[in-house]
Amino acid sequence: MTMHGPATAKAVQAPVGEIGGIPLPTWRWILIGGGLVILAVIPFVTKNFYIFQITLALIYAIAILGLNLLTGFNGQFSLGHSAFYAIGAYTAAIMMENMGIHYAWTLPAAAIVCFVFGFLFGLPALRLEGIYLALATFALAIAIPQVLKSSVVEHWTGGVQGIVIIKPDAPFGLPLNSDQWLYLFTVLTAIVMYVCAANLVKSRTGRALIAIRDHPVAASAMGINVSLYKSLTFGVSALYTGVAGALGAIAIAFVAPDSFTFSLAVALFVGLVVGGVASIPGTIVGGFFVLFVPNIAEHFSKGLAGAVYGIILLLIIFVMPMGAAGLGRLITGKLMKQGR
Amino acid sequence: MELFLHQVLAGLATGGIYACMALAVVMIYQAIDHLNFAQGEMAMFSTFIAWQLIQWGIPYWLAFGLTIVISFAAGVVIERVVLKPIHDAPILSHVVAFIALLAILNSSAGFLWDWTIKSFASPFGSGQFLGQNLLSKHDAGMIGVTILMLVALYLFFRHTRIGLAMRAAAANPESARLAGIRVGWMNALGWGMAAAIGAVAGMLIAPVVFLEPNMMLSILLYGFAGAVVGGLTSPGGAVFGGFSVGVIENLAGTYIPVVGREMKLSIALCIIVAVLCVKPSGLFGRPVVTRV
Repeated sequence: MTMHGPATAKAVQAPVGEIGGIPLPTWRWILIGGGLVILAVIPFVTKNFYIFQITLALIYAIAILGLNLLTGFNGQFSLGHSAFYAIGAYTAAIMMENMGIHYAWTLPAAAIVCFVFGFLFGLPALRLEGIYLALATFALAIAIPQVLKSSVVEHWTGGVQGIVIIKPDAPFGLPLNSDQWLYLFTVLTAIVMYVCAANLVKSRTGRALIAIRDHPVAASAMGINVSLYKSLTFGVSALYTGVAGALGAIAIAFVAPDSFTFSLAVALFVGLVVGGVASIPGTIVGGFFVLFVPNIAEHFSKGLAGAVYGIILLLIIFVMPMGAAGLGRLITGKLMKQGR
Repeated sequence: MELFLHQVLAGLATGGIYACMALAVVMIYQAIDHLNFAQGEMAMFSTFIAWQLIQWGIPYWLAFGLTIVISFAAGVVIERVVLKPIHDAPILSHVVAFIALLAILNSSAGFLWDWTIKSFASPFGSGQFLGQNLLSKHDAGMIGVTILMLVALYLFFRHTRIGLAMRAAAANPESARLAGIRVGWMNALGWGMAAAIGAVAGMLIAPVVFLEPNMMLSILLYGFAGAVVGGLTSPGGAVFGGFSVGVIENLAGTYIPVVGREMKLSIALCIIVAVLCVKPSGLFGRPVVTRV
């Protein structure tokens, strides 16, 4: 499945336009700065419940970022990212509960485990494309909850019951409750992950990934090792989603096989498309969509929540077929023309 | 040997369900070049319509026919209303539209007919087929109807003008349009036919798994698996794939000790992935060749 996203233009030097006399790169920094200020203020002005929800939205955003690296930038379709999310979550939970390891160490561990797993899964997946790859990843998504429940690994995973973990408190005697601390911990992790992803996509490697998506044959003619890059992308993508899974396990303080079913994979995929394929800031929109829109739908009507959700989804696809990122590009384009 | 034979036949019986669904999946894939995730929910909704008609006192076979006609029309309407406006959107947006359709159909079926499990009559009667104890009458009827549909579809696609036009529209829309084929309407027709086949599949499956809004979720998964194993470009392959998924699932559950009942789905899917790694376009599918 080849996806010709407008992000192809992004890899080339972005044309320097300006809106209201301020050049676009400056605007970008203003937006990023503003976003960071809002993120920093949130935990001190809202209720704990909202803080918890926004934490989860950010965690989903990281998971969607992982999926986007694979699907958006490398053109490999995955319906199985719930599996990597589950592996990350279980790595964190088992390390904390069974081995008594500090929660901060579970993130790098989950990252390594998921990278290895993703890379290994990426090797056979090399032979598959488009819908066939979707089916293989989909098989993974179906298999993981069943494997987690099975009696062979029950001793570690706690079977159907799952594992309850203890929510960590703020360290160094900081005057924060555990929700506020976890929020800040998530924000810090997210910032690191986003900076890394943005740099990765802009680098030589990132251009190689995009080249493979747009034209594998041409890419290999340019000397790019297509199989290696594809499996590595699978690994890195799994790494991102796995770290999100570990964060999710710590934030919810509970893991169970049924939280990681195929519907989670679908949710991540919907978040990816709504945010915008091959757009890094779009994944944040995606994360918030995944968390909040089903709740909003339920607010409209309890019995028809699914239908309302579906209609919202259809409307979004009608209004912005390229996702939030496409809409953003459209608006910047309009504003730039007006300024001229 | 007795056990083996029994498991194979039981696998064939459930495989018949998957084969039905796989056939509907391949049908729409031929017509629109996409996998339709809402296919199962469309079939479920059609089955509910049939159930409602029968509740109103309409005889079974009349309700059967009416449901097929209604489903066909509904399929065409869905294509015109939902998919035509986003025709130029990227493929991933299409997949999201399918997911949206799935959510809408599932939730409104639950709202209209509530979530309780309903029984659905079998047109073939109860009891065992030809007096043996391996295959029930309904299983045999289901396999028969699936094969009948397959033959009918084969004849339609191979030997009618409109079948040829539909294949052309799916394979190469631009050239087909230049040749005077109304590609948009061919897509709508494909949706209608897929909905109708889905309705038949749903009505055949419902007596076995009972009727409820979530009845199709897992069956669709097996249907996809069957279709992909057989090759998405080949209706016959899809039916074969559906049957083999049923058999593999049953045999793996019986003979691989660790697997048991709980993990047989995983094993079936693993085998499918293994098949795909050896033959990436399915057992009977044509490999996709692109011009560089």
